Order: sequence, then C-alpha cells, then structure tokens
Amino acid sequence: MANGVMTQTQHIPYLAQKGLKSWILTTDHKRIGILYLVTISFFFMIAGLAALGMRYELMTPELDFFRTATEYNVAFTLHGSLMVFFFIVPGIAASFGNFLIPLMIGARDVAFPRINLLSFWIYLVGTAILLSALAQPADTGWTFYTPYSIQTGTKVIMITLGVFVLGFSSILTGMNFIVTIHKLRAPGMTWSRLPLFIWASYATAILQLLATPVVGITLLLLIAERAFDIGFFDPAKGGDPILFQNFFWFYSHPAVYIMVIPAFGIISEIIPVFARKPIFGYKAIAYSSFAIAIISFFVWLHHMFVSGISETAAAIFSFLTMLVAIPTAVKVFNWTATLYKGSIDFHSSMLYALSFIVLFTVGGLTGVYLGALAVDVHLHDTYFIVAHMHYVMIGGTVMGFFGALHFWYQKWFGKVFDELTAKVAWFLIFVGFNVTFFPQFFMGFQGMPRRYATYPEEYISYHSLSTYGSWILGLGILIMTVNLLIPLWKKGRPESSNPYGSLSLEWQVPSPPPHENFDEIPTVTDWTYSYGKNRSEANAKK
Amino acid sequence: MSTWIPESASNLAASVDNITLFVTIVSVFFFVLISAVLVAFSIKYRRKSEDQETAYITHNPVIETIWTIIPTILLMVIFAWGWIAFKELRNPPPEAIEVNVVAKQWLWEFEYFTGKKSLNELFVQQNKPVRLIMRSEDVIHSFFVPQFRVKQDILPGSYQQLWFTPTKVGTFDLLCAEYCGSGHSQMLATVKVLSPEAFARWEKGDELEDGAALAAISVSPAERGKELHSQRGCLACHSIDGKEVIGPTFKNLYGKTEKLADGSSVLVDENYIRESIYEPQAKMVEGYPPTMPSFKGILSEDEVTALIEYIKTLK
Repeated sequence: MANGVMTQTQHIPYLAQKGLKSWILTTDHKRIGILYLVTISFFFMIAGLAALGMRYELMTPELDFFRTATEYNVAFTLHGSLMVFFFIVPGIAASFGNFLIPLMIGARDVAFPRINLLSFWIYLVGTAILLSALAQPADTGWTFYTPYSIQTGTKVIMITLGVFVLGFSSILTGMNFIVTIHKLRAPGMTWSRLPLFIWASYATAILQLLATPVVGITLLLLIAERAFDIGFFDPAKGGDPILFQNFFWFYSHPAVYIMVIPAFGIISEIIPVFARKPIFGYKAIAYSSFAIAIISFFVWLHHMFVSGISETAAAIFSFLTMLVAIPTAVKVFNWTATLYKGSIDFHSSMLYALSFIVLFTVGGLTGVYLGALAVDVHLHDTYFIVAHMHYVMIGGTVMGFFGALHFWYQKWFGKVFDELTAKVAWFLIFVGFNVTFFPQFFMGFQGMPRRYATYPEEYISYHSLSTYGSWILGLGILIMTVNLLIPLWKKGRPESSNPYGSLSLEWQVPSPPPHENFDEIPTVTDWTYSYGKNRSEANAKK
Repeated sequence: MSTWIPESASNLAASVDNITLFVTIVSVFFFVLISAVLVAFSIKYRRKSEDQETAYITHNPVIETIWTIIPTILLMVIFAWGWIAFKELRNPPPEAIEVNVVAKQWLWEFEYFTGKKSLNELFVQQNKPVRLIMRSEDVIHSFFVPQFRVKQDILPGSYQQLWFTPTKVGTFDLLCAEYCGSGHSQMLATVKVLSPEAFARWEKGDELEDGAALAAISVSPAERGKELHSQRGCLACHSIDGKEVIGPTFKNLYGKTEKLADGSSVLVDENYIRESIYEPQAKMVEGYPPTMPSFKGILSEDEVTALIEYIKTLK
C-alpha cells in the first residue's frame, strides 16, 4: 500500500538503548506505551487478586475468609477502583494507543512527545498517591456514593485524590492523540483510509477530553466536603446526595465507552488480517464509534432509574439508552459479516477477537434488559448488573486487550511467544470467564444483591460455581502472562516483520521498529483494508 | 419461568415478567443467530491453503439498512413496553394503605396508620394495595423484594414512595439493595403477607394467633431472645461468636467489666444492657462508634428481658 517501501537493513531498534534513564526520560511513544503497559498490568494483577479473594469469600454464605464485613467491602472497593481508574480507563488507550497511533498513521511520534511523557508522570503520581492510601483503604465501592462516602470512618480522601490526579493524565493524552491524528497523518492517509483503531482512538480521545474534567470536579467537591465540612452532597449539611450521582455518572457512563471503544478498534484490526478480507461496512463502524461517543453523554441517568428521579426523566433516558444499542448491534453484525468468504486463520489473537464478538454480544443484549425501565427496577443493584458489566468489561475490553497483546507482540517487543500455550491459555480464560459470570445473571434474576459480604443460603450453588470459575480464569491469565513474559528474556527475533500479511503501516516497518519508526515518511495510496483487492481485479479482467 | 425468575407474589410482577420474557426471546434469538453464523463461517471459511480464494466485499447498503432497522424497531418496542409498565410501578392507586418506613444502618422500622410499629417485619394484607412512604436516617438504602419486582432507593433528607399489592400469603425476603456500609448484607427483613382474617387479628394486637408469637409463649425467655436477636437486627452489629463486627460481641459479655469512652468503667449487668438498648449513647464502651439507634418504643420491656436472658447464655 505504501510507496515508501521499508528496507530491513541497518536499523537500530528503539529498544536498543538500555538503562533506567533511557526509560524514565524517554519521549518515544513506543517506550511510553510500554511504561503504561507495565503499570496498568501491575494494577490489573492487584485488582485481580482482590477479586479472587472476594470470590473465595463468597464460596459460602458466612463470613469466613475475611475477618470482618468491612474487609470484604474494602476488597471490592479496591477491585473496582483499581480496575476502572488505574487499569481499564487508561488501559488500551494509553498503552496500545501510544504504541500504534503514530505507526498506523505514518508519523515519527505523537504531536507533543514531551507532554506525552508528562501524562505518564502524572499517571505515576496518581498511582503513588493511591498506593500510599492502600495502608488504610476506603470501603465506599468504586462509585464513592454520598452520603456514605462522607460518613464512613475509612480513608476516602487519598483514593479519590489519586483518581483526581489521574484525570489530568487522561485529559492530556486525549488532547495529544486528537492533535496527532489531525496533524501528523502521512501524505495520502485520508480520513476514509484510516485504520479503524485510529477512528476508535479519536472517539475515545474526545470522550477523555470532555468527560474527565467532570469527575475531577466531583471528586474535589467530595474531598472538600469530607475535609472542610462543606455541604454539597450530605442532606444533613444541606446538600443533595443525588447531585453526586448525577455528576459521577455524567463522567462514568462516557467512561464505559472510553474503556470499550478502543477494543472495538482492535477487533476491527485483527479480524480483517486473519480473515484476509476487507472490514465489512468500514464507514458504518467508523461513524458508529462517534455515534456511540456522542450518545453516551446523554444516557447517564440509566444508572439511577430507582434513585427517585422523575418518570419523564427516566423515560427520556431509557429511550436514549436504547439508541446506543443500535450502533453497537451494527458493529457486531459488521465484524461477523467480515468473516464471510474469507480465509480464516485461528491465531491466538483471532481467537480472542472471535470470543470478543460472542461475549460482547451477551454484554450488549443484557444491557437491553437494564435499559427497559420496569425490568431494570427488578435487576438494578443485583448480580445481574455485575455479570452484565463484566461481560462488557472482560468479555469486551479485556478480550480486546489480550487479543492486541498477542497480535502486536512481535512488532512491539521483537520477540515470538509460544502459540500453542497461548491457545491453551485462551481456552482456559474463555471457559473460566463464562463459568464465573454466566451464573451471576441467574443469581441476579433471583434477587441476589451486589456488594453483600454474606448472603442468604439459597444462592450458594450459583456462588460456589462462580468461585470455581474464577480459579479457571485466574489460571488462564497466569499461563498467558508467563507465556508472554518468557520470550522477553530469550534471544531471537521474529523471522518476518509482517508475519500475518497485514496491509497496515505499522507492519511495514521492522520488528521492533527503529526509534523514529520510518526512514522516510511513507505515501499512502490505498485503503488500509484492501485485502484480496488485486486478485479480484485480476479475476474481473479475465 | 419459575426456574430462572423468582416466584411472583405481587400485582406488578406479571407485567414485568412479560417484558423480561420478550427481551429474553429477542436476546436468545440474536445470540444464537450471531454465534451460529460465527461458528458456521469459522468452519466453512477456515484457511485450508495459503492461496485460498477470498471475496472482495466492502459493504452492502441493503443488508446494512436491514440490520439497522430491525434492531431499532425491536428496541423501540422494548422501550415503550418498559415505560408503560414503569408508569404502573410508579403510580399507586389512591386507596392504597400507607405505611411509614424508616431505614437506618442497619435495620428497618415500620409504622402503620393505626399507630402500631414493627421492626424488620412488614405486615401487609393480601390483595390490599400498600403505599410505603420511606425515608432514611443516615445513608442511602434501597427497599427490594424480589418476589414483588419492586425496588426503590431510600434517601436521607427526602421521602421516596413505593407501592405494591401482595397477591400471595406468605413470608418474603426484604433486602437492602444499596450499599450502606459494614452491616449492608445483614440489613435483611421480611414482608409478612397475611390473609384478611389474620391481618384483622394482627391489627387488633392479637399477635398470639400468628405463629411466631404464639410459639414465644411456650419457649423460655432465652430462646425468645435468640429469635429477637436475629429478627430485630442486633446481629448486624453484635456477633454471638466473639467476632468483632461493629459493636461489642455478645459472647461472654454478661458479667464483664467494660472500659467506657470517658475513662470510667462499668459492670455489664441487666440494668446496663437495658440502658444500652434504650439509650445506647448514655454509656459508650471505648473504641466503638456511636451509631446504634435507640430501641425505645420498638422493643418492649418483655422483649428486652428476653434478650438479656439470651445474652447470659452466650458463654
């Protein structure tokens, strides 16, 4: 696709330089991507261990693993806030976004490399504040609902301050990516030729830029209320607890799409390569990311259907919630249709992409239950929500993230992992995930409320099944992690810089890429997804 | 439906269940469709050779329009149906009997228009609509009875309402659905749906006709205290096995000398326990939060006596 053909000779890989300084002062987007990847993976592991602890506790109705209910409550608060704010929100956007955006659009780096490093440093300051809070963590849940978060005796200020600081990192990264995509596209890389991961990253960046300040302000008000007794949210001080929920979800609903839209982009990259087919309905996928991003600002009240809002408000927001489901459904159809008459190779990353389609479909469909007003009244705050959310977040985002790790691994690190082990790990993750979370839909229908340290006897069979599933899931992730870590300490390079036959620009440079990516900025002459085009033209001539 | 949806025991349950069933049919259809197509394509178009023919198909306006319109229609139907049923959930009939509900960490109080009060047990009459007027004394709680398909958050500083007509005689779990702190998962109560005859007897104060109270006559005070301990919400804060929950454990409590917050100390005897139930903040034991509400007017002197007897047995 590119005129500026890459030569494989005499490149110094970006990883060549060693030493701490070469990392902490780097402005190379690929290295900053790795810094994010390492940090978010660390928090993913901590939060994952908290989840395993919670599942172990829930094996039986009584309190037995944790000493008090408060310890359990602290565990789910840590699990939720670490996963959401420290892993999944920065997650794909900051790690793969950094690594891929300049490579995919044919640029040498992001628009503001130093601000990019600053974003990472701000992220680190946020994590440092959070880690200092771990000695006496909060028990509020990741949603910090008032007035409980004002009245509880546990330490709320540090954890919210950490999230507040983190927000600036998100805002700067979003700004950086928007400018990069606007200004640094290679000649010929028109908007209608852009890889869909770029479209997705662009939509995500807009959400980061516009929504994150709201959560920042909200958490600051909460801190002010706790520290200085100013009555914003506690009715005992003349405040309004529902105001907090409005503020919080005004950010946190768009945030759900900050988490999942980058995964849409990843799936749209992986499937065409391994099916050797153009992505079906390119424009529909590109525009639907934007449609979702915009509508997602106007659905936040669906988290509050039983909080005492007016009937009219509930009706409007239920309607808008249904609208979000349409572009989402269209995407799923498009990905599935891309497989039609293809030549499908089941590489481990393709297995993750295909399981994404199936699991995300479950996540999306169960969202329809929750958007329907009367049904939501019954299911709200039960395990149905827990299951729905995890089908979107793990079945969607995390599957996309794992798929991306396996797909771009050779390019990013210049190493090769063991494919068979990767497939075994994928199988355990897929099975373990479903055994953990599918029973929770039924448990929710039966009325099991979420955030219960102990529970009535009747739910025990669902809970213990779910706990067994969490062990399979944990084992799968452990095997996957080890399999991806081992090659980093081994010698050897990938045999080819483009082993899967991708047409995208990042695969036209060596693995790992040189420091400034391209010797010469390439000129793009064709669509990123023209798989099979030449042959079909040749056939037409016959 | 009884296998995956709980028993339905209110007038509102049927319409909620009908929508749920419709959404489930739509969901299962699309899930099976997508999964089946995915698997079929994966098998049929798997890569058999490196130079396998592939088609160059980029889009198809007809099929894309169809698969946008069909979900849109279905989603609008679900939206409208959900809204109609929601209106029913939100609008109590004027003849509904009112009950005042107070939720606090971590118990439920009910006050009836006759002046009767009950704790952690809501008494309602079969086939008579009930309207609950609810407020919270501290943080947000949520009133949830799965068998009735009703749920409403209860906020401090305002009244929230909820209504239902119970259709089946029986005892149903009432759960707090909004996280409210360390006693959240113990903030459990029951809704007792009585037949019109039984309800009339209960209203007259003739509680003895109702199973539990009748049994209380023939059991020892300590056994009755044991029942009260779990029914009246003591368990949420006071364990019986030595575990520290929110308040002091009841194990080995009687006869112990406790150090108070003001530095003095007190012997835990009958009078101290009684005072701590009726005026919890009068003599606070050191190291515990002053969160316990007064049980004056909620627990009778007889019931306090029974609780004291029960505490004495916990060695």
